[in-house]
Amino acid sequence: MSNDVFIVGIDMIKFGRFENEKPESLAAQAALLALDDCGQTIQDVQAVYAGTCNGTMMGQRMLHYIGQTGVPVVNVTNACATGATAFREAWIAIKAGLYDTCLAVGSEKMGKGMLVPKNSGGTAIPTEGLLGSGVMPAVFAQMGMEHSRKYGTTFEQFARVSEKNHKHSTLNPKAMYQRETPLDMVMEAEMIAYPLTKLMCSVNVDGSAAAVLMNEKRTRELGLMDRAIRVRGSALASDPFSERNLVMQDINTVTRLAANAAYEMAGVGPEDVDLVELHDCFATAEIPHYENLGLCAEGEGGAFLDSGATALGGKVPVNVSGGLLSKGHPLGATGIANIYEVSTHLRGEAGARQVENARIGMTHVVGLGSACAVHLFEKA
Amino acid sequence: MPEQDTPSQPVAPYTKMKDAGTPYNTGSRCRQCGATHLGRCENCPKCGARGALDEVELADHGVLYNYTIVHRSLPGVSVPFISATVDLDGGGTLRGNLLEVRPDPTAIEFGMPVKVVFRDASTAVENGTGYLAHFFVPAKETQQ
Repeated sequence: MSNDVFIVGIDMIKFGRFENEKPESLAAQAALLALDDCGQTIQDVQAVYAGTCNGTMMGQRMLHYIGQTGVPVVNVTNACATGATAFREAWIAIKAGLYDTCLAVGSEKMGKGMLVPKNSGGTAIPTEGLLGSGVMPAVFAQMGMEHSRKYGTTFEQFARVSEKNHKHSTLNPKAMYQRETPLDMVMEAEMIAYPLTKLMCSVNVDGSAAAVLMNEKRTRELGLMDRAIRVRGSALASDPFSERNLVMQDINTVTRLAANAAYEMAGVGPEDVDLVELHDCFATAEIPHYENLGLCAEGEGGAFLDSGATALGGKVPVNVSGGLLSKGHPLGATGIANIYEVSTHLRGEAGARQVENARIGMTHVVGLGSACAVHLFEKA
Repeated sequence: MPEQDTPSQPVAPYTKMKDAGTPYNTGSRCRQCGATHLGRCENCPKCGARGALDEVELADHGVLYNYTIVHRSLPGVSVPFISATVDLDGGGTLRGNLLEVRPDPTAIEFGMPVKVVFRDASTAVENGTGYLAHFFVPAKETQQ
């Protein structure tokens, strides 16, 4: 019997705005959905890994809603990679042989508007707008502009990412928004930070997602292998030194580091991947990530998008969930929600948006600062 | 040079004043790997060398590596503005607002030479009076 780890239960709530909920109450909903997905109860869970970017002790507070069993709870925060990091910690614990059943959960209650970095640079007065801009749209606008500089990628191509992902979201009942945004609508929307218009920025919403992970022995004992998803590769990287990174955040190098490690662990290559949920927090990010994840050759991300390869029905559909752009981006939940999407396709349960014959799926998230998590999954 | 009536306080911790009151930006250069970093570093983020960094004066010229035009910002910030990332001659990268260029992608060229200038922060943000910040302006074409 292998020491592989399996997802046996996984689910997410429909992302939205929930004025009267707390991160822990949203987490509780997702946890129960994931437990129900595999017929388990909170009493079957031996450890909990909980992720949220705002607040402390979210995992324990969640158990107050669904059963205080006294098991170890670890709360993690890793910016937008938080959920995937919690998932990976559960995977590590089972891999280490400490537990046979763990719960990973991610949840977030988001405010409205832009995420603004704290004034942590020891400056006399706030520097936003004075020493350039460090807000997320500006950071990711520059990620796109760097790609434009190198390869001539256009505003229209970046806008097409948003058009594609919004179109995908019309098939996902759990997406925050499920409406198409034609190209001209995307391009004519309010400019936030060139080349990003408002419709090219992800949606700040509340949400949660959870997964039940098991070792192979327990999965077989319980007869859960039929719908189980095998974790083939799990990688987490921090930003290695790269030129300009400390002034202009480099989202590419950290992604490549994690992706290469995940491929190596899984023993598969980009050509084997049937679908990808990647971190399209802003539309400009998606095209460079095609290259960072090896889905296409260097510099060909724009053409790869134009070819339709990454649309549903294409060679390697990307963000068929609607992506962060339309499904929504509750920071701590996103990593596990992406894993839910890929798992659902590998199980053949994705309905109208099903990627045909999906066998290997990839998830990718980046938390600025930086953390990148890449996972590779296969139907067991 | 007449001194200013009220000396301005630099906004950034890496901005210093020469005796004559001329501001400049400082960096750290690693004796082990040669990398130049903005501001003061005790240890090198590139190679991990400990205590091997020398304080250097960063150049006041460079080239535009990257930019975005920010149209939506926080209350009190004048928009639109160009947030620019500039590779300084001789090493180091600096972020700041690019002035005296139309905030329009057709008016901005990657690789264009720029000069670092210091101005009162009130030109960009509310409540900036009395604080000194660096900005970029296009360098004259005749300058090499």
